[in-house]
Amino acid sequence: MSQIDKTQVRESDSSRYDIIIVGAGLVGCAMARQFTLEGAHVLVIEKAADIIDGASKGNSAILHTGFDAPPDSVEQSCITQSYQEFIQIRKKLQLPLLKTGALVLAWSDDEADRLDGILEKAHQNGVDDAKFIGAKAILKKEPQLSDQLKAGIHVPREYVIDPWTTPFVYMLQAIENGARLKRGCEVQSGKFDGQWWKLETSQGTVQGRTVISCAGLFGDLLDQQLIGTSAFHIRPRKGQFLVYDTSAYRLLHSIILPVPNEITKGVVICRTAFGKVIVGPTAEEQESRDDASVDTAELESLREKGESIIPALKFEPVNATYAGIRPATEFKDYCIKHYTDKNYISVGGIRSTGLSAALGIAKRVYADYSASGFNHTPADKIKWPAVGQIAETQIRDWQLQGNEGIVCHCERVTRREIKAALTGKMPAASLNGLKRRTRVTMGRCQGFYCSAQLSVMTEGYFDQSISFQYGGYKDD
Amino acid sequence: MISRCEPPPRRCDVAIIGGGPAGLAAATELKNLGIASVVVLEREPQAGGIPRHCGHPPFGMREFKRIYTGPHYARRLVERTLNAAVTLCLDTSVVSIEAGGVLQLTTPMGLHELRATRVIICTGIRETPRAARLVSGQRPLGITTTGALQSMVYLQHKIPFEKPVIVGSELVSFSALLTCKHAKIRPVAMLEQYSRITARWGSQLLPGMLGVPVHLNTRVVEILGQQRVSGVKVCDTKTGKARVLECDGLVFSGQFIAESSLMRSSHLQTDPQTGNPVIDQYGRCSDPEFFATGNMTHPVETAGACWSDGVQTAHHVYASLSGLLGRQDQRLKINVASPHIKYIVPQMLSLPGNHTAQAGMKNISLRFKNPSHGRLSMRSHSGELVTKFIHTLPERRVKLSIPELLTLDPSASLEIQFREK
Repeated sequence: MSQIDKTQVRESDSSRYDIIIVGAGLVGCAMARQFTLEGAHVLVIEKAADIIDGASKGNSAILHTGFDAPPDSVEQSCITQSYQEFIQIRKKLQLPLLKTGALVLAWSDDEADRLDGILEKAHQNGVDDAKFIGAKAILKKEPQLSDQLKAGIHVPREYVIDPWTTPFVYMLQAIENGARLKRGCEVQSGKFDGQWWKLETSQGTVQGRTVISCAGLFGDLLDQQLIGTSAFHIRPRKGQFLVYDTSAYRLLHSIILPVPNEITKGVVICRTAFGKVIVGPTAEEQESRDDASVDTAELESLREKGESIIPALKFEPVNATYAGIRPATEFKDYCIKHYTDKNYISVGGIRSTGLSAALGIAKRVYADYSASGFNHTPADKIKWPAVGQIAETQIRDWQLQGNEGIVCHCERVTRREIKAALTGKMPAASLNGLKRRTRVTMGRCQGFYCSAQLSVMTEGYFDQSISFQYGGYKDD
Repeated sequence: MISRCEPPPRRCDVAIIGGGPAGLAAATELKNLGIASVVVLEREPQAGGIPRHCGHPPFGMREFKRIYTGPHYARRLVERTLNAAVTLCLDTSVVSIEAGGVLQLTTPMGLHELRATRVIICTGIRETPRAARLVSGQRPLGITTTGALQSMVYLQHKIPFEKPVIVGSELVSFSALLTCKHAKIRPVAMLEQYSRITARWGSQLLPGMLGVPVHLNTRVVEILGQQRVSGVKVCDTKTGKARVLECDGLVFSGQFIAESSLMRSSHLQTDPQTGNPVIDQYGRCSDPEFFATGNMTHPVETAGACWSDGVQTAHHVYASLSGLLGRQDQRLKINVASPHIKYIVPQMLSLPGNHTAQAGMKNISLRFKNPSHGRLSMRSHSGELVTKFIHTLPERRVKLSIPELLTLDPSASLEIQFREK
């Protein structure tokens, strides 16, 4: 091992990197930020047209305290560490935080009996401010909840964050501090010669000292492809969600959680940073790693479930539906493994707490990496990027002078915001990428009013364009 | 298209939210009645509303005694509005409505507050998109509503697909069909979940003429495709048999709903089931300084009907400004006691009190959720007030005359009933 050259790759050497991160989901973005800020020369490759396009695109946007994670697990320690760091850096990165708190609610005597265990675990995990709360006090706090509830636990520091800007700004900070990102770049094969990894990709050969797999739903396949083995198998678990329109926002304050079972955290109801309410996810095991389809029957059952918890949801319109696929494995905990003889780190099985844990995972992986002898010198001055503000708690562009008018009326997205998202250091490369940067078309009309304008504004920017030119038009 | 944008003033007599046929008609009529400052607030860069992107006739019969295409009709409405010296503010969105006629606006210049003595809300309607219909499948490109398709074709000269399936058979679904023909798009089929086409008139002939098969009793089960639509799985509602239609797009047409989210988050009442504004026979909202008119009060009617609404409402607003409509009138809520009825409008009746009764709407308009046949009536505690037999399909207007107001007891509780035959 001592023969491996561990000196830093200079930034000017554009074809060779200290680190190649495969996958630009939540974990890949946080990883790129961590390693870049530590001074490593980082390349991120992502096979999709834009970042955050796999498991990371469909989560419930909660910043967990880790109160219900298995004590002493890798997951629990990553969540705890991540939580602290997020609170520290979020203002500098202009990331929103909805201080909602969470209520774990028991709807039967059996569930009420299990609250003891949950509270004990929370305290064991250092979430000391979690407390029992009686049905009366819950209803006083959340008067729209069904009075069928028995009791609950209040976890005051469970918060809601912005699921898109958060990973986006992690990656942007990495890029502004010297990392490189190649999108639409898929690994085809790879070889480690004892010093260097040489990866053949759809965009040519890239070389790096260490490969970090953050390949999410394809983590086990990438491991097998590059090192011939994997410590886990991905068992995709789909979760569908309903999004209720803005008028539902007033119906609740806290994140409403059920008493979890062995398999899943269960159906959550909470506000979003974008002024909506979500209900979900379902938990459906499936073979496919990329079929994020929704299903009428499941959506209807979510609707019923939501209405049984908050009856007034019955009168609220549904804006949107979506599904995410969680990269679950045969293990309960995360599967992070460093193959030191191969300069390969596999970060797998980050199934449902990736948003909450990503910063902690990146820190943990860096610590492990530097313990194996690699060292970098952080830059003297760290750059903090400025991003567009899309959360309702922030000042939005439509409130400012020179916004060039609103294009998407439901979500109040301005022409200037859309132009900005199509240019810059990490321009949107697909309609989904543009949606996640601006919220455009994501409101109640789903593009009834704005998709025509949008199809013109985005012309030439995306591989898959919204519309095509035709020659048949004559004005009356 | 005329686009003359004026910065909004700070104060005005009447502010009109929405520059479609209803809003422009109301504005023009109010100026003609002699109201000094009338402001139309339009969030798009051009006024004219939905007709702007309906590139086909017939528009304008009752307003101009001529037949125009939608865009031409919209231009004529705007011209007339500007000639009447209405202040037309484009690219101007209302972000909140507050008691006392206070409107918070945003324009390309940023935030702005406008105070109006009366406000008319006519923010129109939109179609129910795929998501709100909870349709199964992934989210490939190529799924639109008629509105989105038309604005792409007629305003931007673009097409989102080449061989789509059109879902629905309302009037607007045929509009989608015409739009496709115009842009040389070849629809694969038109689907209707019931056993009859919903639209009223000769449109039954259209699909045959254009060579597009209509599948009745057919429901969408699942959208196929990941990047782009590759097909749609449909099911025969009678036999339950499923099959796949190959296509590269879907138009979810119709199932119009009021674009009322601005009202929903204000102090004004909306119907919890439909989102329609709750109004009296003059179009007055729960706060009588606010009026609602046009399609948002009765999804969906033609542009001409909305134009008429606008003219009528202008007269009621004028009466209100002249003190001819009592502000503290007794208002009777009309309850609906039938699960078959989708909505009624107006939902309340104002009794004249000490005033001379002003003429308001003559009828209560209703819509049914499913094909219905039976007896419709309005009752109070003292007995039946009006009644009629009806035979109707969903999305068709049914009228029931409003009883003589002076005969109504202020403590009466009014109820609409429907007994199936």
